[in-house]
Amino acid sequence: MELLFATAIGVLVAAGVYLLLRARTFPVVLGLALLSYAVNFFIFAMGRLRVGLAPIIREGVTEYPDPIPQALVLTAIVIGFAMTAFVLILALRANFDLGNDHVDGREPEVGE
Amino acid sequence: MSHWIAVPIVLPAFAGVAILLGARTSLRLQRAIGLAATAALVLVAVVLLRQAYDGTVTVYALGAWSAPFGIVLVLDRLSAMMVLMTALVAICSQIYAVTGPDARGANYHALFQFQLMGLCGAFLTGDLFNLFVFFEVLLIASYGLLLHGGGRDRVRAGIHYVVFNLVGSALFLIGVGTIYGVVGTLNMADLAVKAAQVSGPEATLLSSGALILLVVFAIKAALLPLGFWLPLTYGSATAPVAALFAIMTKVGIYATIRVYVLVFGAGAGQAANLAMPWLLPLALLTLILGTLGAVAGRNLRSLAAYLVIASVGTMLTAVALGTVASLSAALYYMGHSTFVLAGIFLLVDLIARQRGEATDQLRRAGAVRQPALLGGLFLAAVVAIAGLPPTSGFVGKLLLLRSALELPSVIWIFGVVLATGFLSLVAVSRAGSMVFWNVELPTAAPDPARAKPLRVVAIVLLLALATAMAVFAGPVVEFTDGAAYSLLHPDDYIEAVLAESNAIPASVEHGGGAP
Repeated sequence: MELLFATAIGVLVAAGVYLLLRARTFPVVLGLALLSYAVNFFIFAMGRLRVGLAPIIREGVTEYPDPIPQALVLTAIVIGFAMTAFVLILALRANFDLGNDHVDGREPEVGE
Repeated sequence: MSHWIAVPIVLPAFAGVAILLGARTSLRLQRAIGLAATAALVLVAVVLLRQAYDGTVTVYALGAWSAPFGIVLVLDRLSAMMVLMTALVAICSQIYAVTGPDARGANYHALFQFQLMGLCGAFLTGDLFNLFVFFEVLLIASYGLLLHGGGRDRVRAGIHYVVFNLVGSALFLIGVGTIYGVVGTLNMADLAVKAAQVSGPEATLLSSGALILLVVFAIKAALLPLGFWLPLTYGSATAPVAALFAIMTKVGIYATIRVYVLVFGAGAGQAANLAMPWLLPLALLTLILGTLGAVAGRNLRSLAAYLVIASVGTMLTAVALGTVASLSAALYYMGHSTFVLAGIFLLVDLIARQRGEATDQLRRAGAVRQPALLGGLFLAAVVAIAGLPPTSGFVGKLLLLRSALELPSVIWIFGVVLATGFLSLVAVSRAGSMVFWNVELPTAAPDPARAKPLRVVAIVLLLALATAMAVFAGPVVEFTDGAAYSLLHPDDYIEAVLAESNAIPASVEHGGGAP
């Protein structure tokens, strides 16, 4: 499970960084989204990967998952959503105002 | 438990919501609420400073969940000073904004209040993840403020700024996650205690997490090589927003001090002082680059923006030296540079408005309408920022140089600080003589309007604050000395935060049993 999880995070980050380095706003937004998924998984894993543990502490239960990373992930997801929405609107606005979707706001002079 | 600590966060939050809900249509009402809330924030900040003045560390457990399980707000001398600085810059920026710039788009005042909430929260929180949350609050408000007024340049600068900061936020989470994974706590005081006990391969992991955080703070503080977003962003923001942003780079510096002096300071075992070897050369390079940028600046705004970068370099140099005297110099310089640079950003706007089509470009153009007033203010501001006596900039640099005397890196620090000081003097003299002396007569037609009195008041207030720091340098330095001392000897801080939690058994395992 550790290997699968780590690979998944690695692939997400790699894809995210690749898209982030594209010069067009839409791939950049997608890259940011992938990167934030990877980060969320990463935080989640920091509470250790365990299965079949009791989610709620009761008498007689000694093993339970760490609730803090779950709370952190929830916060990170909410913030990530808001930021993605904002950057999407900004990218659209830039496309309308500047007439292109290049991250620098103008087409490069030499062909890409 | 005193509730005053929460006020700098709660007050702007409520004011922002009140403006959004109650005053959507009336700009006048928005201005009134905004000004009243910021003025109240100044008063609260003064109360907090008095409370922390003698070194008392006050801890406020949100929802009465005690540390390290709940989130705490902590007020010490550094936090109190930062909150007061924020409030003072904010009120001046707002006095300037109500004369017109705020009418160029919707929701300026609501965003402004949310920005203040994020800033104060970041300065007061005692929890690393909470710091991330407040970073996001202040960033999302700053995105809105940066784009205020619209226009192609702002949108273009906005994309770079937003995307860059979002990547920074992702890195922040990775760093925080790594630290939590190793230590099992995010409370800064608890972290400082537990980081010292980590050893072996775990310590390497902890150091990696901590250094990832350094990258994030370097982005916020505009430390080389991550500071290239700053000139474009600050150069395209509306003047009062740029003035408020003068405090934004200080958030990065504050976080650097908090994390690398308090948490990963001298007492952190294997991770002790891990950022300092990186910080010193980078800070000196930042100082050089910022000054060169200022010399090469083609308009006043980018000149001011590069001066911000140079001031960041100066402060982080002082932080990296890591002695009480140098840290105290950093804190003093932080106050000085924030006030003066905020004033310069506002002043540049005033000058640009009176130069017709040339605006703030450094080229021969018509004279300004009020050369004596604007020239006088410009002179006062740039003499301070270049660090000539008898201004606050001189005191700050003197403190820094004096603290470096005994250290092995003294040659580098003296060389760079003095040379860049001279170069920045060249840069501002060139700009000043170009704008005020190299003019075509008669003045550029059509006759530009005189500066509105309130705008001048805002600038004079900011410069007066910096001057007051020079006049009352004795008490101010005494205060920053105390703040620096308690940062380097954080026992009081740690004890105060963890005192309440002693009742709870320390052996509660995290992570359901592992590692």
